[in-house]
Amino acid sequence: MSLPLILFFVLAVMAVAGALLLILAREPIHSALALVLVMVSLAVLYLLLGAEFIAAVQIIVYAGAVMVLFVFVIMLLNAGTEDRTHISKIATWVGIPLGFFLMIEIAHIFWHARMTSAMASGAGVPYDAASTHDLSMALFQQYLFPFEATSILILIALLGALVLAKKDE
Amino acid sequence: MIPISYYLMLSAILFGLGVVAFAFKRNIITIFMSIELMLNAVNLAFVAFARSRNQLDGLVFVFFVIVVAAAEAAVGLAIIITIAHNRRTLNVEQVNLLKF
Repeated sequence: MSLPLILFFVLAVMAVAGALLLILAREPIHSALALVLVMVSLAVLYLLLGAEFIAAVQIIVYAGAVMVLFVFVIMLLNAGTEDRTHISKIATWVGIPLGFFLMIEIAHIFWHARMTSAMASGAGVPYDAASTHDLSMALFQQYLFPFEATSILILIALLGALVLAKKDE
Repeated sequence: MIPISYYLMLSAILFGLGVVAFAFKRNIITIFMSIELMLNAVNLAFVAFARSRNQLDGLVFVFFVIVVAAAEAAVGLAIIITIAHNRRTLNVEQVNLLKF
């Protein structure tokens, strides 16, 4: 067993454990911390895949900014223990099997997808481990218009959040 | 070299757990966090495909997904604060005006 494979399995177990903890935790703050665990282990997985810019963005934007926002709102609203309500009969007998069926179905498709044709047609911009330069070239040349559109999106989201969260006079 | 299907399996498991969390949690903030979990699972699949096809487009896509998720988190949490101020609760079962 090679070292990257061991690292992958450790990180995969960490990510799945974090996701399970998110489901099982009663306190929202514990769920938030479990989600941070998932995001950090995914960031290391991105490093393993040779996408170090995405890994850095994952840590800075997701595990940093977005989760700090979540924790801030949890603290602000004083969100305490979640009260367990009984789930309806339909949810028990239809929802749970369908949820697991969806998971098995996605896993089945992924497992049986043969990547040989995809590997062979490696068209487009090839990238090696040091891909931040290529990524920035692609982002600011080929994908310049979507990039600028995202900045408009961020501006609109900023205005929307301000309008929604401000107190009515 | 780790087979690409391992990453895709992990992505599928995380996405499924996100769906389960979305369906089962009752706190509106936790439901919102499970959406973020699903977005992260999809991002992992994107990066894995970008690696296997040796194309950069998947990484650019992940970049845009992260940006949209950040914007969504800002607006969604503002909505949650407004709901909490108006309804005095975070339980989705008590916010049921549109429920059939």
